[in-house]
Amino acid sequence: MAGNSDIKISVKNLKKNFGSLEVLKDINMEVTEGEVVVLIGPSGSGKSTLLRCLNQLEKATSGQIVVDDYDVTDKHTDINQVRKNIGMVFQHFNLFNHLTVLKNMTLAPVHLKTLSKEEAKNKAMQLLERVGLADKAQAYPSQLSGGQKQRVAIARALEMNPDIMLFDEPTSALDPEMVGEVLAVMKELARDGMTMIVVTHEIGFAREVASRVIFMEGGYIVEEGTPDQVFNQPREPRTIDFLSKVL
Amino acid sequence: MVMIIQTYGTMLLKAMGHTLLLTLLSLVFASVIGMIFGLMNVGHNRVLNFIGTVYVDAVRGVPLIVLAYFIYFGIPAGIQSLGVTGFRLDALQAGTIALSMNCGAYMAEIVRAGIQSVDRGQMEAGRSLGLSYGAGMALIVIPQAIRTMIPSIINQFIITLKDTSILSVIGFPELTNVGKTIMGNTFKNLQAWAVVGIMYLIVITILSKISHRIERRINRGR
Repeated sequence: MAGNSDIKISVKNLKKNFGSLEVLKDINMEVTEGEVVVLIGPSGSGKSTLLRCLNQLEKATSGQIVVDDYDVTDKHTDINQVRKNIGMVFQHFNLFNHLTVLKNMTLAPVHLKTLSKEEAKNKAMQLLERVGLADKAQAYPSQLSGGQKQRVAIARALEMNPDIMLFDEPTSALDPEMVGEVLAVMKELARDGMTMIVVTHEIGFAREVASRVIFMEGGYIVEEGTPDQVFNQPREPRTIDFLSKVL
Repeated sequence: MVMIIQTYGTMLLKAMGHTLLLTLLSLVFASVIGMIFGLMNVGHNRVLNFIGTVYVDAVRGVPLIVLAYFIYFGIPAGIQSLGVTGFRLDALQAGTIALSMNCGAYMAEIVRAGIQSVDRGQMEAGRSLGLSYGAGMALIVIPQAIRTMIPSIINQFIITLKDTSILSVIGFPELTNVGKTIMGNTFKNLQAWAVVGIMYLIVITILSKISHRIERRINRGR
């Protein structure tokens, strides 16, 4: 396919309406391989919607989104195929409540035949080891703390071997003392070179890990740059106003 | 009363057997109907939504007794008027169809409510992993929905069992119909209906107890 192979995600003139409400007005963005892009902005600014458009959990109203050289806004694209390569972590974890941790992780790869049962199980155990929850393989989600649930959710997404990970406010539903354990897992992922797009209010995480910070408001990208540029020398008045409230 | 039980005991038990047979057959078909129309109603396809809604509203809007007459007398008459002779439904067939259609509409609502009780995030998580809508439904949403559906399904089972008595009007020899026969033979109104009533009561009480036990077991597990 044409285009720069380093570019993992390209968004052009993306618009998204919910009924008469315009949530995304004109979004243009590119993400290259290995980048960690952090989306910040007030609630209702459209950052979660933008993230959810990338794997088409929300259908774009107009514009074009290309992920891994697949045009996901094209009706003929097999979206399920593309989604296998895009992991997603949700604010409310969304673990499958009726399945054990292990089954949560092996369900999709076994059903989609990307891994055999045995391979899926072995891989799941390795990933659980990595997020520090190997002893919870047979537990049900209801037996886990919020932080543990989110670490399992990350491991579940990684089980599909994605090359892009989307995080939708992964620590917003957590008790404060559990935020650190989840961020630690995410930092490790970033260090290993995963392409990540993270919607978060954790400015500390953004400062430390982000290669780029995007500030959104009212359905537009207002400002973007390195964490140093956006947090220490913001140019736009709306960015300055927002940061004065959260920093 | 003792006389009725002595004379008509086997007949009554056989009638109870017919009642249970009709209930079980209807419930099996109603489950299939309910699953199909329930899924139509929760999907995002407007045509299917419309068909599902029309079915549920139509069947719920017609009394079971009218539905039974329509299927038992109306449909064979209609087919005959088209020039086809010899088509008829026996009372068990017509009764099963009427009861399945009726119970199926309520089952569709139970299925719809059960599926909608599962958090949307469950399906989204499945889809984000690359599963199709159908796989997400079958592997993630429905297994969780069934847990909340079971008490309603058992309740519907009991209602259906009681509704079989309405089918005495098309002559199916279930319990209420046999009660009528006994009454006609003996003219012992009080005793005959007391025996029939108690028989329903016993079976339904047993079913309720079983359902409570199942419900408790479900709630104990996750």
